[in-house]
Amino acid sequence: MSEGSPAPSGRPELLRLTDVTKYFPVGRSLVQPRGAATIRAVDGISLTVEPGQTLGIVGETGCGKSTLARCIARLYPLTSGQVVFDGLDITAMSRRDLRPVRRDLQMVFQDPFSSLNGRRRVGSIIAEPLIVHKAVPRTGLRARVQQLMEMVGLNPEHYNRFPAEFSGGQRQRIGIARALAINPKLLICDEPVSALDVSIQAQIINLLADLQAELHVGYVFIAHDLAVVEHVSDQVAVMYLGKIVETGRAEAIYQAPRHHYTAALLAAASVPDPDRAELRQAAALSGELPSPADPPSGCRFRTRCPAAQQLCSEQEPPLASTNGNADHQVACHFPLDRTEAMR
Amino acid sequence: MTMTMPVGTAAELGGAEAVRARTPLALAFERIRHDRMALACSIFIVLTTVAAIAAPLIAHLVGHGPDTQYLGTGLTPQGLPRPPTATFLFGTDDLGRDLLVRVVYGARISLLVGVTSSLSAMTIGVAVGVLAGYFRGITDAVLGRCIDVVLSLPFLLAAISLETVVGPSLLISILVIAFFSWAAVARIVRGQTLSIREKEFIEAARSIGTSDLRIIRVDVLPNLAAPVIVYTTLLIPASIAFEATLSYLGLGVVPPTPDWGNMLAEATGYYQVAWWFILFPGLALLAITLAFNLLGDSIRDALDPRGDSLLVALRRRR
Repeated sequence: MSEGSPAPSGRPELLRLTDVTKYFPVGRSLVQPRGAATIRAVDGISLTVEPGQTLGIVGETGCGKSTLARCIARLYPLTSGQVVFDGLDITAMSRRDLRPVRRDLQMVFQDPFSSLNGRRRVGSIIAEPLIVHKAVPRTGLRARVQQLMEMVGLNPEHYNRFPAEFSGGQRQRIGIARALAINPKLLICDEPVSALDVSIQAQIINLLADLQAELHVGYVFIAHDLAVVEHVSDQVAVMYLGKIVETGRAEAIYQAPRHHYTAALLAAASVPDPDRAELRQAAALSGELPSPADPPSGCRFRTRCPAAQQLCSEQEPPLASTNGNADHQVACHFPLDRTEAMR
Repeated sequence: MTMTMPVGTAAELGGAEAVRARTPLALAFERIRHDRMALACSIFIVLTTVAAIAAPLIAHLVGHGPDTQYLGTGLTPQGLPRPPTATFLFGTDDLGRDLLVRVVYGARISLLVGVTSSLSAMTIGVAVGVLAGYFRGITDAVLGRCIDVVLSLPFLLAAISLETVVGPSLLISILVIAFFSWAAVARIVRGQTLSIREKEFIEAARSIGTSDLRIIRVDVLPNLAAPVIVYTTLLIPASIAFEATLSYLGLGVVPPTPDWGNMLAEATGYYQVAWWFILFPGLALLAITLAFNLLGDSIRDALDPRGDSLLVALRRRR
């Protein structure tokens, strides 16, 4: 397969999502086969990932990040939209057709405990993709598994142990080794560190960064913590209630957020940077995330936005580039001004 | 294609080293080894099995055939069964046959029916339960209704009718017992599978590209081992008792083949004059079912140290 396909922008693309939606019917019954309501977990998301680059996706719990990850990995069928991976439209592929695609598209899961089968030995867990895809001859399995274990910082002698004998951080390393076993081009990391201690989080993030430099693998890195994403991301997309509210180069987002939600998230994050300490002045988020079954009219963030006005409830702001910067897009009628944000 | 490959094990990785970690099952086995009750029950079950297998040898040693009537030595002048003596250790039955030899031969039927019907019920139950729980949707709806239908059949009535129509035989008994036992297993397995399939490691297997059959074999079934082992151990005594019931009603094993159920039926007319006639087959039946039940309970405790105790388990089974 080619190393990404040429995109309209001229840059190589590994992954392109166009207007992806995923709705879940709730309260389905015999009387209401379509369900009493619809949860719009992912509601029209478009994004791209370049080969070897990292796209960070940030948002509160419940904003649809994990659903989006599973849509990209095609663990869920999409409601609508298109997923193009490595020049291949995988939107409607059957599980059988997806198998060769999965060689290049792997996933790391959030829970290092539930994502490893406790009844299998670590070597067998890591070898699973190699066996399924017949990537390595039988006789070479153990050598490859031990090589992978070494690569992610595990003692290769421990291949015969059970997951229960490892700590959370080590278990996440096992998950990473499993995902990287068949040299994927894209790794979807669904909150890979949020279940870990803070001290371990840094280790895993550094490991992922090192592995990216070494293997040139692209990441979709999902987290609810902006500080975590900042270290690894080239591009960042901020999600709110199933939609992207702001996206751009990581530096742009962190130095000069334009959406009030991004600013609030940054203010809430513990960033040890005196230049940005002022951002903490931004009002902390109040209220709860509205139900994705019944999102607010117009701008979805307006119910919690300090700058909300009449227009916000009437018209939904489109995700558009600002300040003439095609890369930095924000969906807000009254975006924060760069200078204002830096004040 | 991948289906023919063995489950990923240490051996698959070329490793023949000593196992450092012990599987949950190995740990459970260790716990059982230190459980005196379980040990006693296991020994009793093994002894009974050995006796059942060696029944012809025992008959040879005693010098009495299982169906031979000793009209001269085995019956009193009035034609009543003889009490236990040096010749007839367990006494004789109403036809002058050696009760000891017949009880030992009866163990063959009980164990054969108990084990084979339980294993068949387990196989069907696990297959149906895993398919229903794993694939959900229409599969679950159809299989789930089948389970409900079987569970709602009045089993004794249905078994009696069936055996009356088809005619009693050993094979029919096994089939009938298996047929009425698998649904309970299937229901338990289905529930377990439903919870296992929500685990992230199943999703991880999907994201790897593992086929459904391999996921079931490698990730689902090993996680079902504990409940299935426990339930099968508890199913065996239930099947033994079920078989004895059928035979007692004249629907299981046909006389003169010795069977605890039909021995008890024959003894009902003599219990006032020949206590040994009803005591020994009854005791054998009680002892073996109790042993299996206690063992099953110990296994359960060993696999799940937080589980509830014997009384609760017995109450739940009925």
